[in-house]
Amino acid sequence: MATKQAQALGKWALAPSVAVLAAWSFVPLALTLYFAFLRYNLQDPDNTGWAGFSNFYYFFKDPYFLKDLANTLLLVGGIIITTVVGGVFLALLLDQPFWGRGIVRLLMISPFFIMPTVSSLVWKNLLMHPVFGLFAGIQKYFGAQEAIDWFGRYPLLSVGIIVSWQWLPYAALILLTALQSLDEEQKDAAAMDGAPAISFFRYIILPHLSRPITVVILIETIFLLNIFAEIKVTSVGGFAGNLTYLVFSQLNDATDVGMAAAGGLVAVVLANIVSVFLVRIVGKNLEA
Amino acid sequence: MGTISLNKVRKAFGDAVIIPGADLEIKNGEFVVFVGPSGCGKSTLLRLIAGLEDMTSGEIKIDGNDVTDTPPSGRGLAMVFQSYALYPHMTVRNNIAFPLKMAKMPQAEIDQKVNHAAQTLNLNDYLERRPGQLSGGQRQRVAIGRAIVRNPKAFLFDEPLSNLDAALRVNMRIFIMQLHKDLGSTSIYVTHDQVEAMTMADRIVVLNKGHIEQVGSPLELYNKPDSLFVAGFIGSPKMNFVENDTIGIRPEHIEISEKRGEWQGKVLLSEHLGSDTFLHIDAGARGRLTVRASGENTFAPGTNVWMTPDKSRMHYFGKDGRTIRK
Repeated sequence: MATKQAQALGKWALAPSVAVLAAWSFVPLALTLYFAFLRYNLQDPDNTGWAGFSNFYYFFKDPYFLKDLANTLLLVGGIIITTVVGGVFLALLLDQPFWGRGIVRLLMISPFFIMPTVSSLVWKNLLMHPVFGLFAGIQKYFGAQEAIDWFGRYPLLSVGIIVSWQWLPYAALILLTALQSLDEEQKDAAAMDGAPAISFFRYIILPHLSRPITVVILIETIFLLNIFAEIKVTSVGGFAGNLTYLVFSQLNDATDVGMAAAGGLVAVVLANIVSVFLVRIVGKNLEA
Repeated sequence: MGTISLNKVRKAFGDAVIIPGADLEIKNGEFVVFVGPSGCGKSTLLRLIAGLEDMTSGEIKIDGNDVTDTPPSGRGLAMVFQSYALYPHMTVRNNIAFPLKMAKMPQAEIDQKVNHAAQTLNLNDYLERRPGQLSGGQRQRVAIGRAIVRNPKAFLFDEPLSNLDAALRVNMRIFIMQLHKDLGSTSIYVTHDQVEAMTMADRIVVLNKGHIEQVGSPLELYNKPDSLFVAGFIGSPKMNFVENDTIGIRPEHIEISEKRGEWQGKVLLSEHLGSDTFLHIDAGARGRLTVRASGENTFAPGTNVWMTPDKSRMHYFGKDGRTIRK
């Protein structure tokens, strides 16, 4: 790669993928930017022309905006905490030798392969349904008069539970591979030094996991800012909607393309702010 | 104090027997080296003593107390590992202090002990660094520091120098010997390098396929090996074996001459070390022999030479590989 010929060749070889990437991500972004400043409502086709910043103004003034912003942050934060803490414990369990470990590990990853729409339907109709759901059945078995209406009473928590269930195996598997890379002699040294299990976890395992935990947090954040299917399928958008859902409803319910584009840009900016903070806070673990 | 005694210590993984049954008495303050080729069970034996592996059967006593069922931390031993096994996210200070912290020692006492160890090991300037910022030799000194602060009954060294380059290895070897002299603690040292074994040990334990072949001082093993295996393993270059492995003679116990002698041969090549010259000689039916000549000797390859073995230094072996004493 060092010679000039190799560098020139490298540029030409990279060119097609750069072009495709540009078309794929730059064109949509440019179009969004363009729409965001247009008067563009499908129910009011005669009203056209530049809108200035009014799309942004009305997006911020939307009665759902603040609530959905809070929901977005609550979902991201809550699910990350749940999956990382749960993932560490699951990884520790799966690292123990037990009979059938291979199959258990394989089963572990399966939630991650199920489409969000499918798993949301299963959770909605088979598990959390107040009449037919498994949870309601369990509650009634233990004598409850009335089962919890999960999506009616705790819409945000319900979405959080579903998404946590999907992301827990991901966190657990990444952390498990990290656990397995812990040097055997270090474990021996800690045993010689007389570290009891709790201290071993705190002083040896947790610092060893800090880097993979950082990776899990960063990757999950990117995806969790965009939760949509779970909210849509369980029809809790009015109560537990996030910014992604708000953009969707601007387009679908209000048919306002301009406002939806403005909302999309706001979401992009928010995502960037969150990631800058995250990288500041946890990113230092990636150095050294 | 630090006496260690092994009584019929056996280790097997299912049908695979690693150590069939080892008996050994280690005296207080002794520097004992376990030596043998890779896979001979020397590291396993050390880990059994440390408590990092469970014995299949047998008994280990430290200072007369049965520690067979005692966990590693309760045995009062400290170990230095081949990979150093430092905790990468802790500073050097915290690495050395870790065992004391785990023993819930007061902070003031910990600081005093860590500083003292750092002084001894010349690590004062590095206490606030992480292991990743240190060289191999410095890391090994930190590992030794972590071991000495505990004031253990005995030190266990598991091939501690194999990751170091040759020059540093010689320095660290002398350093460890000096440390042992200063502290006077019992030490068990595992190595596959017979030069380390010869130079460091009070007593050497030669292991072969899990068996203890012979235990003795370096010169005992050198002069009176009990078996063909020990004879071949101890000494560098290797002992020459002739007459179907029934007679052994070391390179330094053969006299070489251009005029007369008992065995005839032709020089194949010579290694000049300055102080000595090692000649590799094709001795016809006797095979290939190594002979030590003085440094000034310059036998060109192809020269016909005569060799005379020193009869009193010859070793005789039976068909079973055991030494026959005459």
